[in-house]
Amino acid sequence: MSTWTPSPRQLEREAFRRRRAVRSTALAAVSTLLVVAVAVAVLVSSPGWPRVRQSFFDWDVAVDSLPKVAEGLWLNLRVMAVAAVVIVVVALALAIARTLRGPVFFPLRAAATAYVDTFRGLPLILVLLLVGFGLPGLRLPGVPRDAVVLGGLALVLTYSAYVAEVFRAGIESIHPSQVAAARSLGLSRGQAMRHVVLPQAVRRVVPPLLNDLVALQKDSGLISILGAIDAVRAAQIQTSAYANFTPYVVAGVLFVALTIPLTRFTDALARRSGWMGAMGAVPGGVGGLR
Amino acid sequence: MSAEAGVNGVTGPGAAVGPVLRVEGVRKAYGEHVVLDGIDLDVDAHRCVVLIGASGSGKSTLLRTIDLLDDVDDGAIWLEGEEITDPRKDADALRARMGMVFQAFNLFPHMRVLDNVTLASRLVHKVARPEAEERALAMLERVGLAGRASAFPDQLSGGQQQRVAIARALVGAPRLLLLDEVTSALDPELVGEVLDLLIELKADGMTMLVATHEMGFARRVADEVCFLHEGRVHERGAPDQVLGDPAQQRTRDFLRRLA
Repeated sequence: MSTWTPSPRQLEREAFRRRRAVRSTALAAVSTLLVVAVAVAVLVSSPGWPRVRQSFFDWDVAVDSLPKVAEGLWLNLRVMAVAAVVIVVVALALAIARTLRGPVFFPLRAAATAYVDTFRGLPLILVLLLVGFGLPGLRLPGVPRDAVVLGGLALVLTYSAYVAEVFRAGIESIHPSQVAAARSLGLSRGQAMRHVVLPQAVRRVVPPLLNDLVALQKDSGLISILGAIDAVRAAQIQTSAYANFTPYVVAGVLFVALTIPLTRFTDALARRSGWMGAMGAVPGGVGGLR
Repeated sequence: MSAEAGVNGVTGPGAAVGPVLRVEGVRKAYGEHVVLDGIDLDVDAHRCVVLIGASGSGKSTLLRTIDLLDDVDDGAIWLEGEEITDPRKDADALRARMGMVFQAFNLFPHMRVLDNVTLASRLVHKVARPEAEERALAMLERVGLAGRASAFPDQLSGGQQQRVAIARALVGAPRLLLLDEVTSALDPELVGEVLDLLIELKADGMTMLVATHEMGFARRVADEVCFLHEGRVHERGAPDQVLGDPAQQRTRDFLRRLA
């Protein structure tokens, strides 16, 4: 330990920074309050507000409908968790299939490309309807008829096409010199992909992947159109029962409450450049500059 | 076979007579741009051949074609008497017999130093992990970095990273070491530690083909210096002659611009 004590100049600097921080916080608080107050004032003073408040923000209906809606949300969560795992596996396989070279792999490569083109272009709601009502219509033995399973399948079909593109972008973002280094050591194309390219690519695309996970979380509500009793469908049932729209608001609040932690986690992860302690350490980043 | 024995490049089977590397009439073009326009070159065992020439003269491309990272458009390359430009040959196995060190190190950033060095042993040479690590540590010791085995590449200085890259290239006991401007990306004060290591490797008998702008290094280590210009070897000979008393006007112009 050295015997350094801060100079008067440094002490003055720190005092200034503290004063400025206090002032900034106060300013932020005042401006936030002001904005919220204006927004509430506009809402409450609008001519239709008493009506809207009655049919969308009825506290008693909210409390009464909450258990059923939350029960539905638990289904959304389970569908999302299972679908997310399957999506990552399928998408990774698709992305790798699209990077394969050589004539033997042409059919695989073409199939993967056609798959991604198709399911990235089809609206999710169409996929849901086609899978949900078309597949059981075939009356093939072994085809599931459960709305939850079919809905999950539709989510997997659509999302794996998107996520495959995220993985592919990650794979292509790894500099060719990394492959050159791996190949120069005698690694095969597959070994270089498996041990050098993919580990770096996957790390790099974790933030966009989590973004897709957030989207999946709310799109899992669409399986309600097949009749699965998820949060949206439960809210719909409650809405008819109470002749009041408040259950929809309850479902909306629950979905938002669910995605916010995931979104914040994604942001934090994206900010932290030294993910797993291995990649490009940029101490502080630009945010720390005056 | 110990790691030390691997460095000098004479152990093991296949220490053939004749040059370790023979390049004959190699041509390479990218579209209209001819990068290599008929290169002939021999590197004998334990010798160090240095390639000099301006940026774009074809030094890097030549090294890449030798390491089979680029296909030649014409001509042929032999490694220990075996034609490696034959497309029927297993290129992965041939690459494993050469070591290459790149200008920008190209270490794998997601792997610790030790894993960078053991990767090829485990995957290509099928050495069990404990033995691979033992060998890698010996090699890191050799380049003076055994203490940093568990660091990630971005925690090392440029000179240290390049020494790890050299250890990585050496751990498979290559017959030939290809070095592509390995000090060009380094801060001036870090160049010495890497060049010193190369001088030691040469003294241990490593066969090397080196593209460099370090004329002092070329003078000290090279057995032969080749001056490349527009994809051809314009002048070749002993370092004192090519660098000290060049016969060609182009060589003189190039050296004057460096000075």
